[in-house]
Amino acid sequence: MSLAAELSRAQQRQVAGELVAEIGRLAEKCGRRLRFMEVCGTHTVSIFRAGIRQMLPENVELVSGPGCPVCVTPDEYMDKAIAYARREDVIITTFGDMLKVPGTESSLSEAKAAGADIRIVYSPLDSLQVAKENPDKKVIFLAVGFETTAPTAAATVLAAEQAGLQNLYMLSAQKLVPPALRLLIDDPEVLVDGFILPGHVSVVTGTEVFRFLETEYHIPGVVTGFEPLQILRSLYRLTKQVAEGEAKIENEYGSVVKPQGNPTSLAVTSKVYEPVAAKWRGIGEIPASGLKMREAYKAYDIEEVLPLPAGQLPATKKTGCRCGEVLKGIVTPHDCPLFGKACVPTHAIGPCMVSVEGVCAAWYKYGKGIFSYGNQ
Amino acid sequence: MAISNEHEYITLAHGAGGKISQELMEQVILPEFGNPILNEMHDGARLSLSGKLAFTTDSYVVQPLFFNGGNIGKLAVCGTVNDLAMTGAVPRYISAGVILEEGFPVEDLRKIAHTMKEMAEEAGIAIVTGDTKVVERGKCDGIYINTAGIGELIEGVEISPKKVKPGMKVLLSGFLGDHAATILAGRHGLEMPDHIKTDCAPLAGLTQALLQAAPHTAVLRDPTRGGVAAVLNEIAAASQCGIIIEEEDIPVREEVQGVCDMLGFDPLYLANEGKCVAFVPEEEAGAALAAMKQSPYGKEARIIGETTAQAPGQVALRTAIGGLRVVDMPLGNLVPRIC
Repeated sequence: MSLAAELSRAQQRQVAGELVAEIGRLAEKCGRRLRFMEVCGTHTVSIFRAGIRQMLPENVELVSGPGCPVCVTPDEYMDKAIAYARREDVIITTFGDMLKVPGTESSLSEAKAAGADIRIVYSPLDSLQVAKENPDKKVIFLAVGFETTAPTAAATVLAAEQAGLQNLYMLSAQKLVPPALRLLIDDPEVLVDGFILPGHVSVVTGTEVFRFLETEYHIPGVVTGFEPLQILRSLYRLTKQVAEGEAKIENEYGSVVKPQGNPTSLAVTSKVYEPVAAKWRGIGEIPASGLKMREAYKAYDIEEVLPLPAGQLPATKKTGCRCGEVLKGIVTPHDCPLFGKACVPTHAIGPCMVSVEGVCAAWYKYGKGIFSYGNQ
Repeated sequence: MAISNEHEYITLAHGAGGKISQELMEQVILPEFGNPILNEMHDGARLSLSGKLAFTTDSYVVQPLFFNGGNIGKLAVCGTVNDLAMTGAVPRYISAGVILEEGFPVEDLRKIAHTMKEMAEEAGIAIVTGDTKVVERGKCDGIYINTAGIGELIEGVEISPKKVKPGMKVLLSGFLGDHAATILAGRHGLEMPDHIKTDCAPLAGLTQALLQAAPHTAVLRDPTRGGVAAVLNEIAAASQCGIIIEEEDIPVREEVQGVCDMLGFDPLYLANEGKCVAFVPEEEAGAALAAMKQSPYGKEARIIGETTAQAPGQVALRTAIGGLRVVDMPLGNLVPRIC
């Protein structure tokens, strides 16, 4: 049973009020403004939805990190997906939030309107059925996501192998969270006192993969769930650590997150994929931050089987969108000249506005960055 | 020619005003709408009314034309009836101007006209005048409808945002977002259980009962385009009161919330076609709520918040853990052609 469900509304508010007061008291001891980053898009949305930013004392600030897989998928990937989608012998299967993501010149949604066969699936495994029903087509799943989705994509490849399916492929842009955190900390423009670490990702990876924050950088991190009170508690723990000069990886989501993660999922991922340098939209290339299919599974990698001829992809161009800095928490969406004007959820220019879990979409949806009500 | 055949389609001749137009009128429209005033077929309707009047008009361009629980005709009558009801009037007469696209199925027109008749009957409003035009294929999207309505203001009732003062209760007549979610699910090919359908309904009965129970009601509004968020922001701005609503008291069906989560919408911003928001003095709030609940369209009514002197002109939502999140005016059109 969830924490919130056990407490009455009055009790929840009381607990929240006490946590906020305690966070403020501890932050006061630090003598400066503290800055914590949540690196998961689901946390970003929960924080906005619950009004947590508005509750926090003046000396504690929250910034959002690059935790939305759609947001960090580069233009080139979308251009490739669109180029494959336009082929008559191809069916694309994808999660719905990829449809509207802008590529350089177009989007999958526009390709779909122009006749491309693009099907929304809820799991990569749904692609198996599509492949079975369409033996004369190449079915390509757009494998985009973090450690959370990689095991199911890998399992899909293994299932295709077992079923002897010859027409199912992946267009991979799987990403890994820890290398991105490393890059953020190494960037002198990024100033963060601690991380709210992703809950879902940690279910798969475990908490140990974040240990380097503690040992190499002396930055605290707390793995947490998605209920408002859990998030407040993780903020309390982070503030407490900073106030006491500590830097530990703590687990506020112990009911589902284990130190070693989920060994079965990790084994499946590792059987099919190996780490590789990957490009993150707005951030650039990060070493060992992506996943590529191993040699043994090359037959399922569409880029190996059917490489796109050079010149078929549009040259990338600049849009003026500041997604990269937004994703690193260096600027807020308000600092982007396009935010709320040229770039809105119904006409997104940057990917942070497209995805429901994008930072800009969350800012836009929940008060457009107005965090104070009256004089409170 | 016979237009009873279900395979018949609208042609430009149906809008030309000649014999074929007349046949369309006699065979499709009058059998549904017919009443003594309309049957006179004058250039205009001759009406009897008394006291102060309310007058309103609206055009309907929803896409798709048919959706779970209703069609464009239902919206066209209920929308105008509700605008009159929210003004504090008893709806009396309504007009119907129809613009048809060449090739529109006559059978669909018949269905739409039939729904309009049913809704008008339920709302106690008479369709007394109308017009039909036909435009070339591709020049309109099937059918557009304009309705205008006249009602008699209930004596002693004065609906005005300026009458909203701090300490008033904000009432909502039921679940939010059903209409928009139904339309959105249809457009995005999402499957929804059958009980998720448009909430489109004539609310004149509900508002009359409410005004009788709570005669000092300051404002009634139907949260259509822009949803409850737009209504609350407009009232906050006009009255220079603050408004705080409680997240946990806002009724949203699980499935509607699911569609919102998937597509990135907030139910507070979604259009409703059969809901009423009321600002009522605290001492009359209980009676107002009871009156709303008596109506078949207000069974799930509740008090969702109150007005304050704090933060004039601003609207906030108090979350489960006590956070105050600003509920801003929606910018632009979230969902085009929702009504």
